[in-house]
Amino acid sequence: MEKQKFSTVIVPKNGWLDINLKEVWKYRDLIVLFVRRNFVSQYKQTILGPAWALIQPLMTTVVFTVVFGSLAGLAADGVPTFLFYLSGTVAWQYFSTCLTGTAGTFTGNAAILGKVYFPRIVMPVSTVLTNLIAFAIQFAMFLVCLAFYWIDGQVYPNLLILMLPILILHMACLGLGTGVIISSLTTKYRDLTMVVGFGVQLWMYATPVTYDINIIPEKFMWLYMLNPMTPIINTFRKAFLGIGTFDLNYYLLSWAVTLVILFFGVMLFSRVEKTFMDTV
Amino acid sequence: MSETVIKIDHVTKEYRLGAIGGGTLRGDLQSWWAKVRGKEDPNVRLDDVGKSVKGNTRFLALDDVSFEVKKGEALGIIGHNGAGKSTLLKLLSRVTAPTSGTISYNGRIASMLEVGTGFHPELTGRENVYMNGAILGMTKAEISRKFDEIVSFAEMEKFIDTPVKRYSSGMYVKLAFAVAAHLDSEIMVMDEVLAVGDMKFQKKCLGKMGDAANSEGRTVLYVSHNMNTIRQLCTRCIVLDHGRLIYDGDVETAINIYMGSVGKIENEYTYSDEYHHVHTRGRKDGLTIKSSKFKNDCSSCQPGDVLNFDLVCDSKRKYSNIGFRFEVQFMDGVVVATAFSSKNVDFDANEEKTLHFSFDTTHLAPSKYRVDIIAYAHNEFGTQELIDGVYPGFYINIDENLDKTNQVTWLHQFWGHIQLHDVGTDEG
Repeated sequence: MEKQKFSTVIVPKNGWLDINLKEVWKYRDLIVLFVRRNFVSQYKQTILGPAWALIQPLMTTVVFTVVFGSLAGLAADGVPTFLFYLSGTVAWQYFSTCLTGTAGTFTGNAAILGKVYFPRIVMPVSTVLTNLIAFAIQFAMFLVCLAFYWIDGQVYPNLLILMLPILILHMACLGLGTGVIISSLTTKYRDLTMVVGFGVQLWMYATPVTYDINIIPEKFMWLYMLNPMTPIINTFRKAFLGIGTFDLNYYLLSWAVTLVILFFGVMLFSRVEKTFMDTV
Repeated sequence: MSETVIKIDHVTKEYRLGAIGGGTLRGDLQSWWAKVRGKEDPNVRLDDVGKSVKGNTRFLALDDVSFEVKKGEALGIIGHNGAGKSTLLKLLSRVTAPTSGTISYNGRIASMLEVGTGFHPELTGRENVYMNGAILGMTKAEISRKFDEIVSFAEMEKFIDTPVKRYSSGMYVKLAFAVAAHLDSEIMVMDEVLAVGDMKFQKKCLGKMGDAANSEGRTVLYVSHNMNTIRQLCTRCIVLDHGRLIYDGDVETAINIYMGSVGKIENEYTYSDEYHHVHTRGRKDGLTIKSSKFKNDCSSCQPGDVLNFDLVCDSKRKYSNIGFRFEVQFMDGVVVATAFSSKNVDFDANEEKTLHFSFDTTHLAPSKYRVDIIAYAHNEFGTQELIDGVYPGFYINIDENLDKTNQVTWLHQFWGHIQLHDVGTDEG
């Protein structure tokens, strides 16, 4: 019998790192629609709508300013306390929403994923992009506040702000990588869903969001810098507020850690995406 | 010969029964660590050792299934619950992967395992059409091009900008089906999508799917428990049973096999308890139909043959005016016709009577039939009251009469089960 060619062949198992980018590109419209759906449905039937994206970080910043800034005195010197916390919160918020959003990919969307096929990676990618919209809104608010203090001569934005796109990409990759690892593991072990909520909280305290990095003793600095979020927040503040230092080595270290996490995450993801429906 | 579009090659899907894994990360880490050190897995129960795949915790939803589907075919998949139909469709639509074996296909598969997948209640009908279309693999441009067609098919022009959470369930399904049906896919996979929606819409859907297979040359795979829709739509049918493919071929035969009613055709029956109606089963004080004996060969009757048989009835009570009813069923359980005994019979207490019946098979189209025999009495309301019944009473097979002028294989799905007398025809 003549051997026939087939366009698609389904075999039992995926290899490690079997993400078909061409296929993802074919589904780009779906990504856009998911982003739209996520964003629109989030604020449907709310009076304030996307304004909620502003209120949340704003309130958090106020609390941080009062508790950690005024009461505990942990903010950096020579910069408006409010702006110090706002910058940290806005950046951190993007990372943490990416992380928690993608962490629920498999369990939260089992209903859709169990009925129809599309490249599974579309889901976490669209989560990351959805959060980008909220980040843009929050970042615009940050810029307004920044401009206010800048005219006043209290902050010193510098050329490092050109790194912003890289910083955003960096946070997205890190959030996606970590989230995808968690979502892949939660298909089998639900324990991790418990960890995500307070884990992100703990991670924040291991990152200079609520305090100035100067309070970390020099001898523990290398350990502290292993947290890939630390150099990101530092660079972000250095660029827009002009405080602290930008250390290229630490920054590259952060990228290295991020890429390892992302690589590992995508690997796990491609491993479980085919059969997760049987275990979820 | 048209080309093969789907090839399923020795596909097996195994599920583990009960809890998945050790259930905890700790248990799995323990097992893994034991494996690394080359020790025995501490989490394996002793009685499981040595039993691998065939252990009692494994379940084969699909067991070594192979078949091919040609382009333009409408393949029906039938089988009882748990036979593996849905698993097969899930594998085809890539929701999950087979445990072993390969599935190959050409082109795009539109799967409708459930309509309305990805419909978000907060979004409007319009937004959901785009969303759903994209999930099914359409691009935005494609959906825009077909948008009007989809909406008019679903008859939803008025409500398209209303959030779908305000839709009735019928509207929801109609819109969802319309999207899926308009996808330009080479292969359509459907799992009982027609369970909802009114008759008119169901008919429309069947028509649409039929068109897809017949005129557009698309391939349709359709799972249903509704034999009528299978009959209307499919050109070929496979039967699954406990994960195995037990039949592949002609639709009518497949349905007969599925209905499990291809009972052995015999010429003598003794009616044990399970033949009887639930209410008369095991009854000691009434009338009981005990056995039957045929003078003809029931497995091979010619159309119009008269079956002669004896029916033995045993009565513990006095009965008068007992009639007999013969309900003829087609193999899918549809009652085709009913005949009554020409005379009513009286019974004395503790009397065993042998009744002679002659059953005329004229008008029954060639096929196998099941005939239930019911003894009834007339009650004071003028209706018939069941005295006893045997289900089935007997089976008959009417052969095709090949010497008649226009006789061909009888197509039950189109022509029904009754063949009326030939229509007088004259020229001039």
